[in-house]
Amino acid sequence: MTLTQQDIDREIAAERAAYAERRAGGAPVEHHPRRDYAPYRSSALRHPVQPLVAIDVGEDPELVELRSPAFGERDLAAGDDDLTRQHAGEPIGERITVEGRLLDRAGRPVRGQLIEIWQANSAGRYAHRRERHDAPLDPNFSGVGRALTDGGGRYRFTTVRPGPYPWRQHVNAWRPAHIHFSLFGAAFTQRLVTQMYFPGDPLFPHDPILQSVTDDAARRRLVAAYDHSLSVPEFSMGYRWDIVLDGPHATWAGEGR
Amino acid sequence: MTETGTGRAEPVLPTPSHTVGPFYGHALPFPGGGDIAPLGHPDTITLRGRVLDGAGEPLPDAFLELWGAGPDGEVARIDGSMRRDPASGGFLGRDGVEFTGWGRVQTDAGGHWSARTLRPGARGRCAPYLSVCVFARGLMKHLFTRIYLPDHPAALAADPLLARVAEDRRATLIAADRGRGAYGFDIRLQGEGETVFLEYQ
Ligand SMILES: [Fe+3]
Repeated sequence: MTLTQQDIDREIAAERAAYAERRAGGAPVEHHPRRDYAPYRSSALRHPVQPLVAIDVGEDPELVELRSPAFGERDLAAGDDDLTRQHAGEPIGERITVEGRLLDRAGRPVRGQLIEIWQANSAGRYAHRRERHDAPLDPNFSGVGRALTDGGGRYRFTTVRPGPYPWRQHVNAWRPAHIHFSLFGAAFTQRLVTQMYFPGDPLFPHDPILQSVTDDAARRRLVAAYDHSLSVPEFSMGYRWDIVLDGPHATWAGEGR
Repeated sequence: MTETGTGRAEPVLPTPSHTVGPFYGHALPFPGGGDIAPLGHPDTITLRGRVLDGAGEPLPDAFLELWGAGPDGEVARIDGSMRRDPASGGFLGRDGVEFTGWGRVQTDAGGHWSARTLRPGARGRCAPYLSVCVFARGLMKHLFTRIYLPDHPAALAADPLLARVAEDRRATLIAADRGRGAYGFDIRLQGEGETVFLEYQ
């Protein structure tokens, strides 16, 4: 049987209703997606069914998970943060500047940590051999960037705006344009991989991956803000996106929270 | 609240997690990602295993990050896991001398992963282990687990986490001894023999 967008939209609505019911029953806000989210079919066989075992980090401040791997200038090359200048020519597309801060739950900046990004080109195609979308490759765009956060937890990338792309889960399945982000914090427990979206994308309600974050406020935190002050005159449009890492770290354990 | 240089920090809500999707392969894995042990180090161990889904099928599109203390139990604070060549921008590999404690390995088409690292020493109240973070297409939020080494039964028996895990699931956290410093560790995301996964609070 062919799976249609309407089928997926109905399943997304059912998941939203189920969350609203859990909330009405006093359940806590869900800031992260459930690992078992049926409208995204690939999650079906890839989520644990046994409950996770909780570790209270306050009981052992020596846990290796409360430290984080270190990255430094040796792990970067010049131009890693400018995806428009990694080849001989200029990539096609709308140039953008993405800037923001990396924070912990207490709002404190995470300094000197590694941010990795990857994305499709402006036509919606990844420079990946398994990619089957027949949009054109751009010989001047790899779509891979790296940066270290500065003393204020700030990061900044220059790139081109990625295009949306079809992904075959169901008929006419299209991912809204997004940039993938991988982040390290002050502790390995704060590790995060996520995606940044662009404001006002009409594909939002139909995308089961974005909608897997069923809480409206949490989902909005995945969408960057257009920020005119970040635009570079005669060069790029600006977007601002702050990232907040979840999970305890050594200071919390030390404070005996 | 903690004072920062620029003002008062306020509690903030977390950015939700998302799957890595299928196309991270040209961005995140790097040559030598699993060669964590310095060359010729006498405490080198080799780890090999598979990542399997709820139907027992291997995942060709998962990756793991390993993070562990050195043999003395100390946690490295050394960068250079993914050293770059300033001329070409390519990857140089690790310098073969320093131990950064961290590595990233992809599964292959058969779902296999492997890594060489140093035998972790004990820290705090725990038996020696490596921390593992699992990422995959279809996995909405990464999963943490631990690889305990089987060599010291007394230390395993006293470990505060293992003590809390049901006996029939404990073995999923303990590597199999394959001899001469080699260990096997499969990760089952779901179903029969499902690996014990952890959350930190
Ligand atoms: Fe994508």
